[in-house]
Order: sequence, then structure tokens, then C-alpha cells
Amino acid sequence: MVRLSFNIILMLLLLAGCNAAPEKPTEKEDISILMASQPKKVLKGERVTIRVYDFNGLEGLLNREDDKTYVVNFWATWCKPCIEELPSFEKLNAKYNQENVTVVLVSLDFPSRAEELLIPFVENRNLKSHVLLLDDPKMNTWIPKVDKEWSGAIPATVIFNRDKRGFYEKSFTFNELEKELLGFIN
Amino acid sequence: MKTFKTLLFFGLFAVLSSFIVSRFYNDGYAIGDKAADFKLKNIDGKMVSLSDYKDAKGYLVIFTCNSCPYAVAYEDRIIALDKKYKELGVPVIAINPNNPQVQPKDSFEEMKQRAAEKGFTYPYLLDEGQKIFPQYGAKRTPHCFLLEKTEEGNIVRYIGAIDDNYQDAASVETTYVANAIEAMLAGKEIDVKNTKAIGCSIKI
Repeated sequence: MVRLSFNIILMLLLLAGCNAAPEKPTEKEDISILMASQPKKVLKGERVTIRVYDFNGLEGLLNREDDKTYVVNFWATWCKPCIEELPSFEKLNAKYNQENVTVVLVSLDFPSRAEELLIPFVENRNLKSHVLLLDDPKMNTWIPKVDKEWSGAIPATVIFNRDKRGFYEKSFTFNELEKELLGFIN
Repeated sequence: MKTFKTLLFFGLFAVLSSFIVSRFYNDGYAIGDKAADFKLKNIDGKMVSLSDYKDAKGYLVIFTCNSCPYAVAYEDRIIALDKKYKELGVPVIAINPNNPQVQPKDSFEEMKQRAAEKGFTYPYLLDEGQKIFPQYGAKRTPHCFLLEKTEEGNIVRYIGAIDDNYQDAASVETTYVANAIEAMLAGKEIDVKNTKAIGCSIKI
């Protein structure tokens, strides 16, 4: 049975990878299907569920080559400039998620304090973009895999689709972010 | 044809200018560069320079602050590094690169307070006017620069993280900075000279 479900998952991943089954973008689709591995933990609040991945899991998302454009923002609740730009990502998500754009907010909050800080934050702000928690202390290994230019400072954002990839170690206003995105979807 | 030429011109211009911009953006020290000395105000009100340390063999310059949880997570480990390596001639020199007007938690007063609470054993300097961190190329807090004092000046030997586990000191597998200091003091080649870590962007 375990083997069977594993095969099904593998098949789904392959199908998605070959782009034979384009997923319809819906609000809050389950993004666990985009990840390369199962979450190492699932945190449940009253209204939100946040999955916790190591970098192996996240790498699956970052290397997707389907018909979507992904906007992946690295942030944390304790990062002031990240919080300031978060509404821009939410606005981008609201405006473009019907146009094959998926916004993913990758939190780098301390995993030990996620239930106390991250869950209430996501609930209070009523965030509509996907939120997941990256729990992988081996930063020197995974940071260069996100982008070799990344110093590790946040906020940082990757925008990509199968044709193009951009990395930004900076804060965005909505206009800047939208302008950047339009370079990917037009 | 004319359009093609114009396009080519603009293309070339774009490529060149992006190159210049990225060169400028990445400015800062690389391994082997000579690091500049500075004169910055310590929490005790006195000015501190690298050249004040006559007997030093090197310096562990760490850009750090009060407000960044990653920096806070490393405070005890920075104190331990200072205690151990000061004796061997490599003191920690901590510099807060943040603009206190943007991040009030990193004001001079708050720096004093935090240092007293934690019992910092090393100078904790304010990069007043934010001139020093761009020179070094610090991008985040905490960000370490290990310098070796030589006859040619203070040479950058290691840039990056303190170790490979910010979450839990007990789970650290590789102590990057300590390994680099040990190798430097033994006159050996440093294995890992550059590492990356998540940190808070510097507030300007």
C-alpha cells in the first residue's frame, strides 16, 4: 500500500514535471504537491496550516518547469523590511493568481518559535499567498542553491518560470514587483 | 538595419551597465584583500581602532546588532570565541552597522544596555555614518571578517558565518570561524574561506 501510494506520488510528480497535467490555479491550492518531499512537520493553527520543509523539499518547487510563473519570497516575522513589503506580495498574488502566477512566502522564522510567532502572524494578517516554513540550518549548503549571488540577507525574492529566472536581494514596492513580474509573463 | 543597430547599441549598453552596477553592488572585500582600519566609538565612549591592539595576531571583526534574532542567537557563541581567541591574539571586534534611526533597537543607548545584560567581553562599536560596513562589504548581521595582521597590513582570511547551525549551538557540525582562526594561527591554509548564512539585511 505504501509502495502503491509512493508510485502514485511519483507518477504525479512526473506528470507535473512533463507538464502533461497543467494544474488550474485556485486560491490556496495545496502546494505540497509542488514540493520534492513530504513536509518534516505540519503546524496547525486555528485557521491556517503551515507545512515545514527542509531545503530538499523546497528545491522541488524552485526547480519546477511548468507553465506557471513562481514568485518565491524569503522572509521572517522578525524581519522589518520583509514585513513592510509583504502587502506588495499579497497584492501581486490577488491580482495575478488567476494568470498562472503562484506567490509563495518562505518563512525563515525560528522553527522553535513558529507556533508562537508565525501562525498568529499569518492568521492576523489573513495572508492569502502560500506560506511555508523552511527549517534547514545548513545554510551554507542551501543558500547558494537558491542563487549563487545571494549573501543570505533577507528579504530576498526569486521569480522564475521555465524560460527565465531572476533573483533579487532587495525590498520591493508593489510597482517595482509588478514591473518585474510583467517581464516574466508578457 | 538602423533599428537593428540601435537595438544592438541599447543591448550592449544594458549589458555593460548591469555589469557595472553589479560590480558596484558587490563591492567589498574578497579573501586576500587588505582591510582598512577604522576609528569607531565603543559603548564605553572611547574610540577603538584595530591598531590599538599592539600584540594582536589578527582580529575577528563581526558586524552584528541587537535587533536581529540571528545575531542574538549567536551572542553567547561570540562571547565564547572572544574569550578563547583573545588569549591567543585574535580578539573579537563587534560593529553595529545599522542606522539607529531606521532601527531604534540598535541605538547607542540600547547597544550599551544589551552589552551590559549579556556581559560582552569585546568592544561593541557603532558604525556612525555607516562608512565602514560598505567598505568591508558586510551584507547582513551577523557577518564575520577574520583578518590576519601582517607586515603588509590586515589581510582578510575568512568571510562569512560563525558556524553551520544558528538554531542550536549543540548541533553545530562545522565551526567555520574557529577552524579558520586555528588554521590561521598555525600558518596553515584555511579550508573553508567563504560561507553564507541567513541574516538580517543592514538597515540604512
